[in-house]
Amino acid sequence: MGYEPQPDFGTPEAPKQPGVAPVTLTIDGRAVTVPAGTSVMRAAAENGGQIPKLCATDNVKAFGSCRLCLVEVDGMRGTPASCTTPVAPGMVVRTQTPRLDKLRKGVMELYISDHPLDCLTCSANNDCELQDAAAQVGLRDVRYGYQGDNHLGLATDASNPYFDFDPSKCIVCSRCVRACEEVQGTFALTIDGRGFGSKVSAGQTADNFLGSECVSCGACVQACPTATLNEKAVKTIGKPERAVVTTCAYCGVGCTFRAEMRGEQLVRMVPWKDGKANHGHSCVKGRFAWGYAQHQDRVRQPMIRESIDLPWREVSWGEAIGFTADRLTRIKAEHGARALGGITSSRCTNEEAFLVQKLVRGGFGSNNVDTCARVCHSPTGYGLKTTFGTSAGTQDFDSVMDSDVILVIGANPTDGHPVFASRMKQRLRQGAKLIVIDPRRTDLVKSPHVEASHHLALQPGTNVAVLTAMAHVIVTEGLADLDDIRARCDWDAYEDWAHFVSDERHSPETLAAVTRVPAADLRAAARLYATGGLGWASAQRNRPNGAIYYGLGVTEHSQGSSTVMAIANLAMVTGNVGRRGVGVNPLRGQNNVQGACDMGSFPHELSGYRHVSDGAARALFEAEWGVAIDPEPGLRIPNMLDAAVDGTFRALYVQGEDILQSDPNTHHVAAGLRAMDCVIVHDLFLNETANYAHVFLPGSTFLEKTGTFTNAERRIQMVRRVMDPANGGYEDWQVTQLLAQALGLGWSYTHASEIMDEIARLTPSFAGVSHARLDADGSLQWPVNAANPDGAPIMHVDSFANGKGKFVVTEYIPTDERTGPRYPLLLTTGRILSQYNVGAQTRRTENTVWHPEDMLEIHPTDAENRGVKTGDWVRLASRVGETTLRATVTERVAPGVVYTTFHHPATQANVVTTDFSDWATNCPEYKVTAVQVVPSNGPTEWQETYASWSEKSRRIDGPLVAGEAAE
Amino acid sequence: MSNTQATLVRMANDIARNLAAMGEEKAALATADHIATFWEPRMRGAILADRAGLSPIAARAIAALADHAPAHQTRATAADAGSDAG
Repeated sequence: MGYEPQPDFGTPEAPKQPGVAPVTLTIDGRAVTVPAGTSVMRAAAENGGQIPKLCATDNVKAFGSCRLCLVEVDGMRGTPASCTTPVAPGMVVRTQTPRLDKLRKGVMELYISDHPLDCLTCSANNDCELQDAAAQVGLRDVRYGYQGDNHLGLATDASNPYFDFDPSKCIVCSRCVRACEEVQGTFALTIDGRGFGSKVSAGQTADNFLGSECVSCGACVQACPTATLNEKAVKTIGKPERAVVTTCAYCGVGCTFRAEMRGEQLVRMVPWKDGKANHGHSCVKGRFAWGYAQHQDRVRQPMIRESIDLPWREVSWGEAIGFTADRLTRIKAEHGARALGGITSSRCTNEEAFLVQKLVRGGFGSNNVDTCARVCHSPTGYGLKTTFGTSAGTQDFDSVMDSDVILVIGANPTDGHPVFASRMKQRLRQGAKLIVIDPRRTDLVKSPHVEASHHLALQPGTNVAVLTAMAHVIVTEGLADLDDIRARCDWDAYEDWAHFVSDERHSPETLAAVTRVPAADLRAAARLYATGGLGWASAQRNRPNGAIYYGLGVTEHSQGSSTVMAIANLAMVTGNVGRRGVGVNPLRGQNNVQGACDMGSFPHELSGYRHVSDGAARALFEAEWGVAIDPEPGLRIPNMLDAAVDGTFRALYVQGEDILQSDPNTHHVAAGLRAMDCVIVHDLFLNETANYAHVFLPGSTFLEKTGTFTNAERRIQMVRRVMDPANGGYEDWQVTQLLAQALGLGWSYTHASEIMDEIARLTPSFAGVSHARLDADGSLQWPVNAANPDGAPIMHVDSFANGKGKFVVTEYIPTDERTGPRYPLLLTTGRILSQYNVGAQTRRTENTVWHPEDMLEIHPTDAENRGVKTGDWVRLASRVGETTLRATVTERVAPGVVYTTFHHPATQANVVTTDFSDWATNCPEYKVTAVQVVPSNGPTEWQETYASWSEKSRRIDGPLVAGEAAE
Repeated sequence: MSNTQATLVRMANDIARNLAAMGEEKAALATADHIATFWEPRMRGAILADRAGLSPIAARAIAALADHAPAHQTRATAADAGSDAG
């Protein structure tokens, strides 16, 4: 068997045409039936044939340039290309005839006359479509000889850290160019020159891949049929031997990849074409940035220390677990069960998150468990539960292809959810309209072939005002879908809300002063969302499909929950719920933050979002676990830190989370951690939180464990182990189990699938989920139960799942964080494509070549007033603290607004953010901080103190001597 | 007032402010419901013990809480609102 590349049918699947009958034709004497609109090439490939091809691949449209796939069709003149010829009923096709044979050999001769003949030492040996085509056409002889003009002397461009571009092997099929256009949507590549002088270029003549617009997504590498664009790893290692499908551990899109291995060495990650979330596409992180698993910073041995000013001591697993269990037991005896808590990881699997909350609830004896969703999408849970009755997004990603108007608010998908953004851009290029609500001019506002009809560049903190003003327009101009509201929603609540938004004080004109959005723009945007704009017409429906996508620019505010509810209100008032192409779509950030929330990581909820006071739910768990569960809600992370400072919270088990870098108000987090008696960090590297830890338990990466992740579509996908964990062989759930066993809990899981079975027993929305089912079906979107045996891609289809949709009045309340003479600017934060959140993983890969430091974006007017130029050090100060970083002057931010990323710990961006947070969920208000910016000489005293403390805290007292390792 | 207490008072006032659009009485009940559902016992104990700085609606809410936890006011707090099972 050996290595099987993914099947390539040549041209994309035909778009579904309901009501149109499939077509039957004859190919080489075989009767073949395919959907109407399929190309002859694909029809042959799907039915046991293989027409030779070079310029065709099935994720881009047919091009018809190589002239290799020619066929003969009865009744058609000449030799049409099978890639550009759609099937017709009764067609008779012959793919191999003497005439075709001659033509194909002729084409191959031309290609090979200008191609190196070093197959045996080429990195694409045996994985090269040019070799395949030459073999298929039976090329034996190149009559032109090899002395003519050729391109064999062209130099390789090795600028990109992950792949090489060797133009001497290029056959100018332009698959790379088309992949960059059609799949990724970046349009970074082009064919420069004409005729014999044609060559692939990443921009201008002086541009190489690194310097160009290329975002290193790898689509061109995947599309390239020869060795021209090839992964550097394949060059150094060789052709993979086997492939295992697994899911990416970066963002909430949840791309599935084939981990292509040689033995236990990962050669490359190739996007899986059957992945329902990504359909064979990827971004630079999942595709290439997995080297952190082998980085030198990787900790492989458990470590402990009596107090945080001592260096770490490497110990055996037995000693580390024993030390931890002792301390926890003592703390519980002295201070009670509620003095202990845990934080589950949104990067670990569902099974692992479930066990951490089980350890806290069943072992520690409290509900003090929380997760990083606290600081990102907790308002989504609250807001959608209140309005729609369920706390997750309503659609799948593919639904965007049926959208007519797309509203993106507080999200930057080209950076944060790149593979989804590429899909959205495909739809936008097909003609859908776009509205962007963001204080910053994100890439989505204007990029090749994509332009937002409206960019509402609002003041940070005024989301609710803008959305209420839009609601005002829709209601007062008679654009509400009253029939749909009457059918699905609570009419009384609607009337109250409609009365509220119709008030003059909520008109765009009145609110313009506060939002800084011109009233005319806002009115036009609202009308566009509700009606599709002037001249919108459709044979299929009289209202456009409007979909809303939002991110942390909505939730990380003091009115985050209110904004989510305002978004839900807009969707309901325009009837945009319950079918393809519409809905409310929270772009969940982490690979498994949705899963962590589903698993009961919140202090007030058991798995499946059931409140801990719900006796029936508790009884189910108590019966299975054999232990009583606390019926009172536990502490959220910020409250854990408060309680720690007060002395009533003393132990914390943190799995896969770096609260010191990612949570707001660094001084407050540090004070809380310092006050605790037992901080256990379970992670891959010594992160910032570990500076205050007493126990370090080395973790396992996503390549080293089996389990499931749930992406932003509620899609549960398998993660499959391809190499042994570097920490001595323990998957993260096994480490949690060791701790539980040491505390006297008789856990005996032997495989992660057993944990999922337990989850299915205890959680109604997961009732039908199991590893076996996922192996068979590929993925499942919860709920998976009797009512939805195969999962539920779209929610609330006929009616809202838990009763009627509820309109909620959301009054705009300005945040307490006000600008003033001392702090006249507003800071907002965000992410960049190449780095991921706190950068723990991506900073330890070659992605640092794109974003080696966080920069402060500042508008030219503000910069000029302060004498700041791009590259200058500036001091960023707020009421809470100050830090220093370098500036970049740009018009992407409006005057009065500054912006930075938080990927590098040295930046200490969170020293500056406040502890204001969402009223309902305590989600921190990262997006609004009043700051002042002044030129600076260099790092602040705090940064230097912190850096040296950080270094001191990472000292390890000598490696473990071989004889001491017990397990 | 300690830092933690100040934080609790601010949180309670924030909740009350954002629910105020319901009308004072309903907002007080909803605030009490929210706190009973989401606040840990030590936090509830602290705000019950020291009510200095609370806004009128928040103060009414805490007073109601001192009696007993009210019935669920919004779907966000209703325990029987279903488990997203549809």
